[in-house]
Amino acid sequence: MTKEQKTAAPSPQPKTLRSTPPGTRFDDRRMEIIIGRLLQTGVLLASATVLAGGVRFLFEHRNQPANYRIFSSESANLLHPSRLIHLLSMGDASAIIQVGILLLIATPVARVAFAVIGFAIERDRLYTFVSLAVLVILIAALFR
Amino acid sequence: MPIALFTSLVFVGSLAAGLLGALTGLGGGVVLVPLLTIVFHVDIRYAIGASLISVIATSSGAAAAYVREGFSNIRIGMFLEVATTLGAVFGAFLAARVPTRALAILFGLVLLYSAWLSWQQSHHPETATHPENPWSNRLRMSSSYPDDNGGQRVYAVDRIPAGFATMFGAGTLSGLLGIGSGAVKVLAMDRIMRVPFKVSTTTSNFMIGVTAAASAGIYLKRGYINPGLAFPVMLGVLAGSLLGAHFLVKARVSLLRTIFTFVILALGVEMIINGWLGRS
Repeated sequence: MTKEQKTAAPSPQPKTLRSTPPGTRFDDRRMEIIIGRLLQTGVLLASATVLAGGVRFLFEHRNQPANYRIFSSESANLLHPSRLIHLLSMGDASAIIQVGILLLIATPVARVAFAVIGFAIERDRLYTFVSLAVLVILIAALFR
Repeated sequence: MPIALFTSLVFVGSLAAGLLGALTGLGGGVVLVPLLTIVFHVDIRYAIGASLISVIATSSGAAAAYVREGFSNIRIGMFLEVATTLGAVFGAFLAARVPTRALAILFGLVLLYSAWLSWQQSHHPETATHPENPWSNRLRMSSSYPDDNGGQRVYAVDRIPAGFATMFGAGTLSGLLGIGSGAVKVLAMDRIMRVPFKVSTTTSNFMIGVTAAASAGIYLKRGYINPGLAFPVMLGVLAGSLLGAHFLVKARVSLLRTIFTFVILALGVEMIINGWLGRS
């Protein structure tokens, strides 16, 4: 984000001519670009974490056969924060992957939260309310 | 199969699914679950969980690329996300109460329906003019998108309530089957609300991640998301989708959709047969 601002601010001639000077106007297009970057960053962080955990996972389990034929709900244990932190402190691969997955799930939630702020800046009451409703549904579903 | 080989093969398969999903705007999930259950003999609940995670990654990862093209409409997306997230919570609630055989059959039907939809799409040129809902402007959904000649083409939307209701259904399917249900989302926007096709597909991509996040928490609590399986699937689909988004503007959409149609048709038949015989 800072790199973008650095390159955008000193440029005297913007590529597209607008009625208002570039950078001062906060519109949908600008909001979408920021949201796009936000999503990209979130996914990048999540992927790096998942990759690190994944490599470790393969190393730990390299001699075991793959078996996902029979379902057991044991991965649900990774959701309890105390247990997850305990496993993380031991460097458990599945726990590292789980953190990456949680980061990934948080990314679209952050996008909606940002849209709430963005629409509020635009003074668009209707869409501030609409995106707030989506945010409430998401949070209620995650922390029910 | 040793876990390293299995993981590598799942990664490659997921890469292909992500690539196709991004190019057609239908999402990788729709071919991913059949791939995992039919080819890799994964329990459908693990497949659905891994798919849902990959769906979030696909949607969010490709967003920046789509935004640059200037096709997506954030207002249409946000408005309809109210319906899709409510539907997703409902779908995830249903998922635990439906037997896995029924899930497989339902998945097969969704695949057949997607095939039918995309076949229709490739034989229908975009309609130039259509009636518009007076709420299109009031809800600030009317907008414009860049056309082939470097100009802007203005559009408005129609039949908003029907589109909203269809989006609830799309959300329910997403929560129930761990897919992005991009096919139904594109149907709701493109065919019902008459949103231009490229605007529909890119906005649908934006909405998919938020919809999937609504059911992800419920999936996690049930243990549907297995880290060992989710990691090659997520990374593979993400890599594929980024490649796909890169080629989106250049690709010959009609040819691709024809190929994709036959792939999902075949997978749909296989899913239904497996579900019927209880092999899934």
